[in-house]
Amino acid sequence: MKHLKTAVFVLLMISGVNPAFAVNDDVLLSEKFPRTLSEYGFFEDAKAQQPSEGVLPYELISTLFSDYSKKQRWVYVPEGSHATYQRDWVFNFPVGSALIKTFYYPLDERDSDKGMNMMETRVLLRKDSGWEAVSYAWNENQTEANIKIAGKTINTSWIDEFGDIQQVRYRVPNKNQCKECHAANDQITPIGPKARNLNSIYPFIDGSKNQLTKWIDEEFIKEYPSDLLKTTDWKNVTASLDERARSYLDINCGHCHSPTGAANSTGLYLNLSETRKKHLGIYKKPVATGRGSGNLQYSIVPGKPEESIMLLRMLSTDPGVMMPESGRALTHTEAVKLIKDWISSM
Amino acid sequence: MKKILLLISAAILVLASTSAFSKDWRVGPSEDSQEQLQEALILIESGDVLHIEEGVYNLEDGLSLDVDDVTVQGAGMNKTILNFKKQLSGAQGFLVTSNKVTLKDFSIENAKGDALKVIGAEGIYMINLKTEWTGGPKSSNGAYGFYPVESSDVLIDGCVAIGASDAGIYVGQSKNIIVRNSTAQYNVAGIEIENSYYADVYDNLASHNTAGILVFDLPDLPQQGGHHVRVFRNQAINNDTDNFAPEGNIVGEVPRGTGIIIQANSHVEVFDNDIGGNGTVNLTIVTYGSETNDEGYYPHPKSIQVHGNRFGDGGFDPDLETGELASILFELSDGNMPDIFWDGILPLTQMLFGQPEDEKIVLGDNGDATFLTINPIKYMLPILDPVVTDYDSFRGEINPLDEIVIEGI
Repeated sequence: MKHLKTAVFVLLMISGVNPAFAVNDDVLLSEKFPRTLSEYGFFEDAKAQQPSEGVLPYELISTLFSDYSKKQRWVYVPEGSHATYQRDWVFNFPVGSALIKTFYYPLDERDSDKGMNMMETRVLLRKDSGWEAVSYAWNENQTEANIKIAGKTINTSWIDEFGDIQQVRYRVPNKNQCKECHAANDQITPIGPKARNLNSIYPFIDGSKNQLTKWIDEEFIKEYPSDLLKTTDWKNVTASLDERARSYLDINCGHCHSPTGAANSTGLYLNLSETRKKHLGIYKKPVATGRGSGNLQYSIVPGKPEESIMLLRMLSTDPGVMMPESGRALTHTEAVKLIKDWISSM
Repeated sequence: MKKILLLISAAILVLASTSAFSKDWRVGPSEDSQEQLQEALILIESGDVLHIEEGVYNLEDGLSLDVDDVTVQGAGMNKTILNFKKQLSGAQGFLVTSNKVTLKDFSIENAKGDALKVIGAEGIYMINLKTEWTGGPKSSNGAYGFYPVESSDVLIDGCVAIGASDAGIYVGQSKNIIVRNSTAQYNVAGIEIENSYYADVYDNLASHNTAGILVFDLPDLPQQGGHHVRVFRNQAINNDTDNFAPEGNIVGEVPRGTGIIIQANSHVEVFDNDIGGNGTVNLTIVTYGSETNDEGYYPHPKSIQVHGNRFGDGGFDPDLETGELASILFELSDGNMPDIFWDGILPLTQMLFGQPEDEKIVLGDNGDATFLTINPIKYMLPILDPVVTDYDSFRGEINPLDEIVIEGI
């Protein structure tokens, strides 16, 4: 028995596979999803969210609101292949790549040393046939995350930056809900890692660096154009109100509310490249909104946020009224203020 | 011999349950119904059938289906009940985003938003389903009962829709549609075909709604210019529920007691219907009334044919509170509301030089139905009487539209 173990170990060493702390490419590409997150080998120390060799953390300049949860992201590109730049879209990642995202709440936002409570880790896997999305929910001891095809509800709480306890009915999305946002032309796709959304400094373990430069160092990509469009961080108060609001609406609404998105039947388009006032919601009547209109006449009434359906639906937490339709149970107070100011300024 | 027989029957049983190509899934009511139903709806494969057994399922989150060519079947619309009274997330009760899906024999109650929404399906067959808000007509009810949108080959057959705060049965921006043998009651709009092409609406009962059957077209949308809609052998009767739509919605303008409304579509044929008991007006044909800068949008109805209908009482209790239609008509007709009303509004050139022959409204035999339209030029000059009630001047040859066929149905 011992001999067998040694033999396997030697075999693994010879074949160049590190038995511990390496991504298991076969599992990643297998037809069936593994039941547990650990089987992928993305993490050297899952509880501490310490990634394995070849798994690189990244950050996006502009991010989607998910009930105030924090997100930690990693990218994996198999050795010997690389992603290619696509204009106005996410990098085209090679087969065998993975995007990994852990959603968590700090136990106390005022003191990061107190640790965190992980909700779920979502993975996007680039297989032969295209991208597939699935989520793993963390167990109570935070030692393992288990597959949740049908989603899961986690009632939890955290202490916010003001020391107040916040409660949330956190929803781990089911496989279909992943697709509600992560779809273009009915195919699953990543939405975050566009070159312009990565063009920022990140504090890597071996020093701070521009993320795109780092990706070139790691041979995840070979090149990217120097004249990238600028992405505005909607929290950046030095940017113009219009840029911030449009950036927020783009990342939070634009994946459905665009001419090619799931909400295109509404005629309300909030993607960054939309310029037609009516389609941006200005004096636009609702189409099939029902009580989502809240007895108001238009999506946006310039200068009058209190008469604008857009703001009403961002404020609401009623599932029949609120927007976005999924991924939110709490009101994003800071964004409500931003959109309110934006509409007031029109 | 007995043994062999047993073996054979055992083999048949196995075949029946796996049936080589398709699989039967079963879910019954339990504490974990939410997860079991959703998991089955995700793991189900093309050709499979999911049976939802008799019982009431209390659900907190919307359900969704994204697998092609499957059947989801309950034990009957009054036996398998998906109840969303305690719904906490999801903008609809049930969402379908895949093709060639059959849904039959269950009911969706008290969804917080829409009851059944179908987006972008090629082939969606809704059979003997019910959507209902059980607390009666209320503006806090969800907008739509049945809501296929951007779909093609849409069948709604033997369904029941009750209590929607917009439309009970609503087909939007779709193509090749059949709505038949269905009942819509106590909704704002009973049955509504909007921005859609090629629809047959027949053998339905639309009663006790604010308005019975609507054929609408709206601007600023990906698909517009609705055309080729046949409305026949329906009963659009006794639509007498006060409008309870939340403001801002287009149907919020519709007066209580309207039988059938046609707005801004072309090639609509309304025939062999029973239309009566509608307190404002039995049948009205109108232009889209709000301002729009959409240059690709045509706001006027054209090529509308109305024949062979049986008109009952109408206009005996006009709703002058909602929208403008009823009060304008009341004033024009001196309170003597017609069975059929056309607002007469045309593009300016046509007002001056006349309408092309093939775009005119054609009235066939409709018993002793009364008719009223407005001459808009005279309307603008207050000295002249703009009211036209000469039915016979709108008589013409009927050119029947083609029947809608859905492949495999």
